[in-house]
Amino acid sequence: MTKYILRRLLTSIPTLILISMAVFAIVALAPGDPLSGLATNPDVPASVRLTILHQMGLDQPLPIRYLKWAESWLLGNWGYSFGSHMAVTRLLLQRLPTDLWVLGSSYLVAVLIAIPIGVISAVRQYSLQDQVATTFAFIGYSLPTFFTGILMIIVFSVKLHWLPFIYNVTVHDPIGVLKQAIMPVAVLALFQSASLTRFVRSSMLDNVALDYVRTARAKGLAQGRVIRRHVLRNSLIPVVTLIALQLPGVFTGAVVTEQIFRVPGIGSLLIASLQNSDTPVLMAIAFVAAILVVLFNLVADVIYGTLDPRIRYG
Amino acid sequence: MASTRSNGVARIGALAAPAALERPRYARTLWGDAWRRFRHHRLAMAGAATFLLLTFGCIVGPFVYRMPINAIDFGHSMSPPSAAHPFGTNDLGQDMLARVLYGGRISIAVGFAAMLTSITLGVLVGAVAGFFGGHVDNLLMRITDMFLSFPGLVLLLLIVYLFHDPITRYLGTQVGTFVLIVSVIGILNWMPTARLVRAGFLAVKEKEFVEAARSLGVGPIGQMARHILPNVLSPVIVAGTLSVAAAILLESTLSFLGYGFPPDVPTWGRLLFDAQNYLDLAPHMALFPGIMICLAILSINYVGDGLRDALDPTRVF
Repeated sequence: MTKYILRRLLTSIPTLILISMAVFAIVALAPGDPLSGLATNPDVPASVRLTILHQMGLDQPLPIRYLKWAESWLLGNWGYSFGSHMAVTRLLLQRLPTDLWVLGSSYLVAVLIAIPIGVISAVRQYSLQDQVATTFAFIGYSLPTFFTGILMIIVFSVKLHWLPFIYNVTVHDPIGVLKQAIMPVAVLALFQSASLTRFVRSSMLDNVALDYVRTARAKGLAQGRVIRRHVLRNSLIPVVTLIALQLPGVFTGAVVTEQIFRVPGIGSLLIASLQNSDTPVLMAIAFVAAILVVLFNLVADVIYGTLDPRIRYG
Repeated sequence: MASTRSNGVARIGALAAPAALERPRYARTLWGDAWRRFRHHRLAMAGAATFLLLTFGCIVGPFVYRMPINAIDFGHSMSPPSAAHPFGTNDLGQDMLARVLYGGRISIAVGFAAMLTSITLGVLVGAVAGFFGGHVDNLLMRITDMFLSFPGLVLLLLIVYLFHDPITRYLGTQVGTFVLIVSVIGILNWMPTARLVRAGFLAVKEKEFVEAARSLGVGPIGQMARHILPNVLSPVIVAGTLSVAAAILLESTLSFLGYGFPPDVPTWGRLLFDAQNYLDLAPHMALFPGIMICLAILSINYVGDGLRDALDPTRVF
């Protein structure tokens, strides 16, 4: 297993290098440079602008710029934000706790909803509960988060005045913190639990039909025990893998929700950096997101191998 | 149903006629079977009807409902739905129904154009990789894996942000934004299709009928286009249908975040973006475009679901 993980880590390095080149190329090849604002500023003479360009190394050929960028990235120097003049790493770390709390709890809620509902719909396939659950899952999966978010604001904030619609990090009393997290968490949890429910259901249905389930029933086990101890345990293997694959998407997919409720996470940092042309922050977020995707792909494979004894990595 | 059956019985009589060497018209075809199965999928039929209605309404609507989309009237700003303005007006007093109908054209056009882009790319990559195999396959699949590792929305926002100004300078604001958004969505969504097509090609290219075609001297392109591709079309059709919904959703998301179409091109996402500051005073500004997006996506997804069942020839109905 260790050998397999090491080999996979080694093979993901070229992928990451390619992705880093792509991210760098997109930013570098885009017309205009970070100082184009100065070019139109009449107070800045062209010579000053060229000097700054030279100092920043922007007049050098692309491959050299890429290598320098990659080198400082590996050393942990991700540059400084143009907007706040803070180190990009510090800026990202500052946003992380809010994301972990809001996005983490939304995903947890989604999993806690999806597994029991998926199991019940699979066990009673085509029953009323199943039809209601699959319909809701289908709708929840099709409703965009920006609409459910806006709908919740209209109902719970504008009409009923129950919940605040702006997330405020300076609130510290536990009830206030909970109240402002309810809507963003609910929006994300609805969306994520919908696809998870469908997946749990189909994975359960794949397993219920197998021989070992008949054997378990034949030796006289009660239905509940068969489902919980035999079917559920085996059907959760692909579900756990899917969760690992989805986790990086949770961080980037929450951009919209964070924007609606003004949650100060990485997603709203991304939008703010777009508005301020904050290239260092943008590149850092794009590349960190790519690293997360590659990393969690690996995690998913490893989990799958550990949980499923039929899979052996050579 | 009853009418088709009696029709069939009537034709059996006609079959006895001597000139019956041509294929009988009631013969069951693969597509006929698929259509029959699709018709039995009630939700898929409802989805198809809803989507056709939406599309038809958006295409024809502006000709029938002749309210201008950009006539500013501060006397009636943010007025709720009424007889004069069935969907109400926005903060500038512009008629919402006219804007929703006009915007729907663009949202749906983006969906189809992006679908065509991603399906074309995906079929090309998947067909070449699956048919030729070896090093070509390996290289193309590495590239596919790399594209799959891209953080979709982040990259989408980054590209649109960086390339928006230069492209609109060459092509004009509306056309430029359309081309940019369609191509970026297409380029970031072809990977699942490529994988499906490749898997289909790998399975089909070893079949006897392809060997027969090869021994008759059919070239690689003929084999791919005429003999293999029609047999792997079903998953492509399903993926294509679902990708229309995905593209409409992505365009709305971009516009909602303020990085899609400009305010004078009121796509559904853009209308929501404009509405979000007036949720307390004019919730109808958000509700109508939002409902349209949901209806479009939900109905397409149901059609895709029905097609998945209908195009599976192992299912009997």
